[in-house]
Amino acid sequence: MSNPCAVIGVGQTRYTTKRRDVSIAGLVREAALRALQDAGLTWQDIDAVVIGKAPDLFEGVMMPEAYLADALGAAGKPMMRVHTAGSVGGSTALVGASLIQGGVHDRVLVVAFEKQSESNATWALSTHQPFSASLVVGAGGYFAPHIREYIRRSGAPEHIGHLVAVKDRQNALKNPYAHLRIPGINLKMVESTPMLWEPIRYLDTCPSSDGACAMVLSSAGKLTDSTPAWVLGTAMRSEPIFRAGRDTVNPQGGKDCAADVYRQAGITDPRREIDVAEVYVPFSWYEPMWLENLGFATEGEGWKLTESGATALDGDIPWNASGGVLSSNPIGASGLIRFAEAALQVRGMAGEHQVDGARRALGHAYGGGAQFFAMWMVGSDRP
Amino acid sequence: MPSSDPTTLRARHALEFPGGYTRTTGPVIGRFLTELRDGRVVGVRTAAGRTLVPPLEYDPDTGDAVTEEFVEVGPAGTVESWAWVNTPRKGHPLDRPFAWALIRLDGADTALVHAVDAGDVKAMRPGLRVRPRWRAERTGHITDIESFVPEVTRIVSEVRVEYSLRPGLALTRFLQGVAEGVFIGCRCGGCHKVYVPYRLSCPECGVSITEEVAVPDTGTVTTFAINNLPDPRAPEVPFVSAYIQLDGTDIPMIALVGGIAAHEVRQGMRVRAVWVPEEERTMSMSNIKWFAPTGEPDVEL
Ligand SMILES: [Zn+2]
Repeated sequence: MSNPCAVIGVGQTRYTTKRRDVSIAGLVREAALRALQDAGLTWQDIDAVVIGKAPDLFEGVMMPEAYLADALGAAGKPMMRVHTAGSVGGSTALVGASLIQGGVHDRVLVVAFEKQSESNATWALSTHQPFSASLVVGAGGYFAPHIREYIRRSGAPEHIGHLVAVKDRQNALKNPYAHLRIPGINLKMVESTPMLWEPIRYLDTCPSSDGACAMVLSSAGKLTDSTPAWVLGTAMRSEPIFRAGRDTVNPQGGKDCAADVYRQAGITDPRREIDVAEVYVPFSWYEPMWLENLGFATEGEGWKLTESGATALDGDIPWNASGGVLSSNPIGASGLIRFAEAALQVRGMAGEHQVDGARRALGHAYGGGAQFFAMWMVGSDRP
Repeated sequence: MPSSDPTTLRARHALEFPGGYTRTTGPVIGRFLTELRDGRVVGVRTAAGRTLVPPLEYDPDTGDAVTEEFVEVGPAGTVESWAWVNTPRKGHPLDRPFAWALIRLDGADTALVHAVDAGDVKAMRPGLRVRPRWRAERTGHITDIESFVPEVTRIVSEVRVEYSLRPGLALTRFLQGVAEGVFIGCRCGGCHKVYVPYRLSCPECGVSITEEVAVPDTGTVTTFAINNLPDPRAPEVPFVSAYIQLDGTDIPMIALVGGIAAHEVRQGMRVRAVWVPEEERTMSMSNIKWFAPTGEPDVEL
């Protein structure tokens, strides 16, 4: 049995297209200071720092753990970097949690960031190496075929993705940190945006954001006056991107990861036992796909849950009450934001997008070619 | 030369006082210009405590004389408002596009009009922080400041890493095949799955693979994207990037589909590689122009 771990502080920056007023160091510090303030702590109270960001080519910053040690008060303390592509924010939280659960430290600061305005993700993901045997076409071109295959298998009508695109942006209007805020967002607006990678339209995709997110994790013995979100389960899985018979629509790694985290948290029926989920949905169609992958719906039925409104803020299982990745996407931080928003919900601190009475929440991230998965369950009651 | 045509009778005439007018500055403006010559900007205090920059001799609010107190301001300031000059005229302070701006220097209560050398109109905005660019030779004139320039807020960090890449044993073997118009794959001795391109170990079983298999250049489109964003490797937009499972293999490759309108591509469609002429082939995937429909009936997926 591992030691209990709780989130006692959350800090976010307002996600936006360009944060020209701060350096990368200033950006992560802003999130970290807010997390410390939420926890009622100072830099001196932190034992170790874990940082995550997207691959180095994104901003050309190698070894952010070295560059950002001063900004994160890590001098003289253990500091490490986590590196699992788009799921890195989630993995960062889990590595931090494991340091508490394993009894190594009592208080760990976890931070993740991306300053997309200083980089170009599409360039970084398609560097056109010589001798490549495969056509690499960037994230949209990579994921669009899997979405098409999902639609074929499930028979989902074509407006389902647009429903998610609208729903998450409506939620974003209630989140002061959200990047995309589109007043009056509706289906017509989504349908009128250009088709980028059929079947993905412009508003079916996530924005490019600057931003950072941080959390203070604590052992049970070192809580502060701040309301804790208890970690009920943590799991990571990965799978090779090139494996014969790999199901890219409903990846085994995701199913296994969910089963593991549910087992630890004692969840047998996620749809009924989880109050709110923050799930990594960078393209709108990934909501119905992950509804199935994460066991909220049986295979082929996820889109019906979306269509019924069950995943809306006033539905029985709200997904991405914060607006999700579709509304804010500082890539390296996006997974950590999911984990942090799940914690805010069970702490009752999500503000206008709070799901009433949320006691158990799922945080989820995935990355690479849907090959890295990171999840945690958090709850208001100590396990 | 005056014209002899009475309807266009016209002549140039310049009025210029020989040597230029002399002006007595008075003590207030004189102090301002003297400080400019020394590379400083000063304002003058009014009785009400406001700092006027540039200084005036008489407080416009009250009509009283300003005090004799001068205070150094700036040198940095904030753009309050601006107008872009796209085509500078003779007599303008700069010979390239610039902005006339109202600049409130730090510590001043009024704004100064000066030129901002911002490079591009997009760089201008209210709130822009600027600093004076001084002339080396100063004479005590407002043009001792050649112009204001934005503060440094960004740098360009040029990163370039050069590699010498070799494709490795497995990919070399595959590309040798491609040079000869053949796809080389392999069969795992553990799970019997056929992989293409050729590889040396099985990602499922973790064992070495030794059995080489030549794979046909026909296959089935399992799924695809219609890309509406241009790509240097695609001949046009929209283009189709497809997962193509070559016959007898267990894993799809991603490749272009051509020879068919993008919106006519289907999941289950049968395709065949279109090879470039033999004499143009190299050890590269560019030997395959794209995959084109074979015309066979679609496959049930
Ligand atoms: Zn095998």
